[in-house]
Amino acid sequence: MPLQRVKYYQAGSFVAGNRLLDPHERSVQADSGRSNAITCGHRACQGCGEALGARFALDAALRASGGDMIAANATGCLEVFSTPYPETSWQLPWIHSLFGNAPAVASGIAAALRAKGNTHTRVVGQGGDGGTVDIGFACLSGMFERGDDVLYICYDNEGYMNTGVQRSAATPPDARTTTTPAVGEHPGAPWGQGKSAPLIALAHEIPYVATATIADLRDLEAKVEHAMDLHGPRYIHILVTCPLGWGTASSDAIRVARMATESGLFPVFEGEHGDITAVTKIRQRVGVEEYLKLQRRFAHLFAPVRRENEIARIQARADRNIARFGLVEARDGRPEAEVESDTPSIGAKGAATSAQAAAPSPPHRSG
Amino acid sequence: MLRQLEGSQAVAEAVATCRPEVICAYPISPQTHIVEGLAALVKSGRLEHCEFVNVESEFAAMSVAIGASAAGARAYTATASQGLLYMTEALYNAAGLGLPIVMTVANRAIGAPINIWNDHSDAMSQRDSGWIQLYAESNQEAVDLHVQAFKLAEQLSLPAMVCMDGFILTHAFERVELPPQSQVDAFLPAFQPRQVLDPEDPVTIGAMVGPEAFTEVRYLAHYKQMQALDLIPEIAAAYETLTGRASGGLVRRYRSHDAETVVVALGSVLGTIEDVVDELREHGSRIGCVGIKTFRPWPRAEIRAALSGARRVIVLEKALSIGIGGILAQNVHSALEGSGARIHTAIAGLGGRPITKASLHRLFRAAAANELGDTTFLDLNRELIERELVRQSETRRSGPHAENILRDLGAVASRPV
Amino acid sequence: MFEVRIHGRGGQGVVTAAELLSVAAFLEGRHAQAFPSFGSERTGAPVVSFCRIDDHPIRTREPISEPDALIIVDATLLHQVDVFSGLKPDGWVLINTSKPFGELRIEELFTRFDRERFQTVAATELARELLGRPLPNAALLGAFAALTDRVALAAVTRAIAERFSGAVGERNVAAAERTYNHVRAARGAPSRPLLEVSSA
Repeated sequence: MPLQRVKYYQAGSFVAGNRLLDPHERSVQADSGRSNAITCGHRACQGCGEALGARFALDAALRASGGDMIAANATGCLEVFSTPYPETSWQLPWIHSLFGNAPAVASGIAAALRAKGNTHTRVVGQGGDGGTVDIGFACLSGMFERGDDVLYICYDNEGYMNTGVQRSAATPPDARTTTTPAVGEHPGAPWGQGKSAPLIALAHEIPYVATATIADLRDLEAKVEHAMDLHGPRYIHILVTCPLGWGTASSDAIRVARMATESGLFPVFEGEHGDITAVTKIRQRVGVEEYLKLQRRFAHLFAPVRRENEIARIQARADRNIARFGLVEARDGRPEAEVESDTPSIGAKGAATSAQAAAPSPPHRSG
Repeated sequence: MLRQLEGSQAVAEAVATCRPEVICAYPISPQTHIVEGLAALVKSGRLEHCEFVNVESEFAAMSVAIGASAAGARAYTATASQGLLYMTEALYNAAGLGLPIVMTVANRAIGAPINIWNDHSDAMSQRDSGWIQLYAESNQEAVDLHVQAFKLAEQLSLPAMVCMDGFILTHAFERVELPPQSQVDAFLPAFQPRQVLDPEDPVTIGAMVGPEAFTEVRYLAHYKQMQALDLIPEIAAAYETLTGRASGGLVRRYRSHDAETVVVALGSVLGTIEDVVDELREHGSRIGCVGIKTFRPWPRAEIRAALSGARRVIVLEKALSIGIGGILAQNVHSALEGSGARIHTAIAGLGGRPITKASLHRLFRAAAANELGDTTFLDLNRELIERELVRQSETRRSGPHAENILRDLGAVASRPV
Repeated sequence: MFEVRIHGRGGQGVVTAAELLSVAAFLEGRHAQAFPSFGSERTGAPVVSFCRIDDHPIRTREPISEPDALIIVDATLLHQVDVFSGLKPDGWVLINTSKPFGELRIEELFTRFDRERFQTVAATELARELLGRPLPNAALLGAFAALTDRVALAAVTRAIAERFSGAVGERNVAAAERTYNHVRAARGAPSRPLLEVSSA
């Protein structure tokens, strides 16, 4: 029977506690000597997933690089709330240029270091989903394609939050945003749009691609540390809750992110050179409704009437992810999964009949 | 070393002697030969300690330059026309951040309609960006200006663009003295940034500035650029001492000291104008010309002084601000406020239309005979215009202007008459 | 100033010819300017290039409208494009063709221009023979030197050798020398002194 390594931190909760772990396995945040790359005093909203994710990711990267790192940041929430003139939260060399060019600026920094024969200073580029998946996409692809030595981190809160919650290519279908309002016959974001930046990154066959969420911050740290062991273009896509934009309680920020993974809507995986190398299995599968009900941006799916078709469609999407990425294993080791929630089964049993079908097929390698 | 070579190649060699550390470029006519030349120099190892980055767009090119410059590297790129527009956001960003990037603009018209030939509309469209703008009259001057531009940019912490007429200069073979490495090294020290992304001493670059401080930041940017009015002549003088060549500076006067009529222009057309000036002088005309070498900052005092004795000023320019008229002319008007000189604008050479000596003779003759209006379009084909206007008035769906006019010209035969 | 206009089609080395001519003049210590009439590069389309030669620095940038000499690299242009536009009455004309004059149907021109200053040379055929490719520009420059005496053969061959290295350079040089001698012989003038370059 295949064993799955369970990350067991502290009995009775999923909290990333540290006292039961060896010091070297503890979170970077447990270290009082941590870099505090983004220090307190910034202007993020209460419960901001991006601030949390950035702090964990960058402190991990700084520790891995021995504090020898430069960051390029796109315009967006992170940039705005961290640098209200004349103050800055950043304790590492940091540049903000434009909305759409963070990957290119990072490439430029990397080129400068190469020209100067500096092989030790590391470069991180970062931005939100808007700056990464939409307006910065060409620059991101260029950075990947050239093989530039940059770790790019996308903080995905599924919309243009800083400008007032408009939809981006990362906004999930049916979600309410100000430019996909919950009115009319098809409220919320349309189906058939959007793109998977992690899969596209994977298609570039770069050394490392990973997704993560703020629900498993140790996993995020581990992925950043692993990325920092490598060179060349690396991409980490982090789902970060935006309580304001998603309409969740700020105290639910982490819980919502967990629901996203446990429902199968946000697959957590790693890949290298075009192939998926690891997948984080869902520990306790939930139906998508448990996830959707926590967020007012999906409220129109439940009231004034239940939109069964839309909910079912979202569930099917989750099911497809589960089958495609092999996110669930049956107790007896078969890859097929039993749905353990109240949502109506839509043929999840038929979705994966063999190990081959469960795992996504490797991207076609160009000869 | 004296060589006979293509302008683009000469510029590539000159830029290489300035020891750039990061060159990032996206190809666009007519700049391609410059970046190709530099790619070969880097790849062959002749230009060492330099990274040549092939980028996915001009926007990326300027962005890579921004990152590189902020990290303390001497950065260079080149573009033209549509490419310059595509990097506009980054252009303003580089200037606002005070990064001393040097860029060649191989001046080319902006579409629509698409046109690959020379005029100044591209650089003119960015005159408010905060970049220093220098204009070369010849390939020799283009070479010299690049060396001076790096020094100027780094001293002021401002980006600078060197404008050279696309095709007319970039693709012309002519005699150029290339400054040797030793000369350039003596003139241009290693880049010492005012601000740099350094893990040993972290800084935050690119903060958001609100109403309480934005005006002051912009004032300082303007003040800083105005300092170039003093620095440019100093640098040009130092360069002349070193090389023996008088290149660059703010303005250059040619036989204008006792001139009644003075022609003002930018770039390579000055050569043609100087020939015409000589021919007219032989017949007794008191005519001269003033070449503007630095367009931004605008050398108001120098231009006013250079034109002070003129009764008549003809601004010959390769740019047009739709809805108002000549751009250089507006700037000249502002410099000559209250002076009493009659100012004529002649829009010429748009989209690469050749400016011939014959046309210039006609233009200057008309001016001398007081037959010239405020604004003239040199060599305008009125018949073509009329025909298109009639067509427009006759039918709503008259079709695109460009195609109609090309068909009238016989350049296109895509529809039976 | 001596102004040369070169007409041909894309792919025939028209631009290179003007450049090489300018380098040859430079090597003789003179000023020279060469540039193409610019267009999107396309094989087969009519192309024009220009070369000015002078003892003084050349400032003007206009296209050459009144050439002192023409080189017609592609004879099919003779009746398609007005290649003779602006040619000075005593202008030189070098035409790349293996046809005899009579077959070119340009008799009418001799009322306007000096027939003695016209010369044909089968440069493409020679190029095929010596270079294995129909690239006639080096051969044409050799013929041009012989026809006009405005540039020395030695300067032309040195310009060619500097531009094209190894065997390619050698063969092009050989082509230029061959046409030079051929034209010299055809015109019955074994050694003519180099004419003064007018300062006009």
